[in-house]
Amino acid sequence: MGLLSNKNKEVLVSPLSKNNPVIIQMLGICSALAVTSKLEPAIVMAISVTVVVAFANVIISLLRNTIPNRIRIIVQLVVVAALVTIVSEVLKAFAYDVNKQLSVFVGLIITNCILMGRLEAFALGNGPWESFLDGIGNGLGYGLILVIVGFFRELLGSGTLLGFQVIPQVFYDWGYVNNGLMILPPMALIVIAVIIWVHRAKNKELQEN
Amino acid sequence: MNRDSNVYTVVYASIMVLLVAVLLAFTSQALKSYQKENEDNDKRQQILRSVNVTATADEAKAKYEELIKEAFLVNDKGEKVEGDAFAADYTKSFAQKTYPVFIAEIDGQTKYVMALQGTGLWGPLWGYIALDADTNTIFGTDFSHAGETPGLGAEITNPGFSQQFIGKKIFKNDTFKSVAVVKPGKSAIDQDYVDGISGGTITSQGVDKMLFDSLGGYVQFLTSQKQ
Repeated sequence: MGLLSNKNKEVLVSPLSKNNPVIIQMLGICSALAVTSKLEPAIVMAISVTVVVAFANVIISLLRNTIPNRIRIIVQLVVVAALVTIVSEVLKAFAYDVNKQLSVFVGLIITNCILMGRLEAFALGNGPWESFLDGIGNGLGYGLILVIVGFFRELLGSGTLLGFQVIPQVFYDWGYVNNGLMILPPMALIVIAVIIWVHRAKNKELQEN
Repeated sequence: MNRDSNVYTVVYASIMVLLVAVLLAFTSQALKSYQKENEDNDKRQQILRSVNVTATADEAKAKYEELIKEAFLVNDKGEKVEGDAFAADYTKSFAQKTYPVFIAEIDGQTKYVMALQGTGLWGPLWGYIALDADTNTIFGTDFSHAGETPGLGAEITNPGFSQQFIGKKIFKNDTFKSVAVVKPGKSAIDQDYVDGISGGTITSQGVDKMLFDSLGGYVQFLTSQKQ
């Protein structure tokens, strides 16, 4: 079996669309609302979750034959929490600015349902390499939605992207106004709903009756 | 081995907890000195930003030592007290009614830098405010927060917000008034004001209260310094 056999490729790619953690599995919605009012924190969060879910998947997958069944959720939580804490401590020492960006999200990463979902559904039953790919795939699938939502919310809500003004001043002079509602949480939910709508419209087999 | 037995479960949990505890304690100890240095440089950068000087983390220390001439603690009566103004934990020193003062010299002019402590929507707010030698006109400010919402309350760290304070006066007719943070478009009676953050009302109110409360502790000191 090659490192990227068809099955592994499927594991890596399917979370990007057909099995997306946010818009199909409906996991991680909370943090998708909280961090997407700007594009930059959305990207930082996407990277952090991808890293954490990939490594937590590998660790749990390596331990999967030793974990006592009755406390497996606790073991998963401990692994995730320890991993996140260590990552945040290392960032604090060597990349202080990134850590300041992340500070709010560290707690959100630990409680992100995608992590527990993937550990429970995938890592407990598959080898480390597949689990790693699954983690990367799900992290990216989550990140993709975050970036799309962050893009529209920052563009329409603040007229900027990554902090740079993109809507020209001329528009404002003509009477264009930033939509303040875009930076409030309800619009994140509506943007995600629109993404789901478009996605289901394109993939008819995903529509529920 | 029976993975469902009670003994196995308890032993497994104990070993796991011990391992994780050792790992975390080790990481924390090993990285402490690096983290402390980063925090100190971050604090220096914040103080420098309040006097409108931007410095990278690497050059913060040199710049700080060049511009800040004196640092000391004062109490609410305006008298100097013992203590290290830079290293002090401001939450504690504010509770004991002692306040740090940094004297900066910018282009030959004396500036008084004072610390601010308050609370926002989700957690603490803090910042620094620099006054001109008349101990009334604001020369610059810098605000930080622990966990305000990105795009909303967190916008207080944006220069667009903090620069509004420049030139505002905290005393009116020798009475301490502070500077009000009001909803954009509103105004304040009998005191200088700046626009708050749309969608960040609680954070803006937090900044308003932080300025009033923290500067309130410095009133005696500032009055005694007035030339």
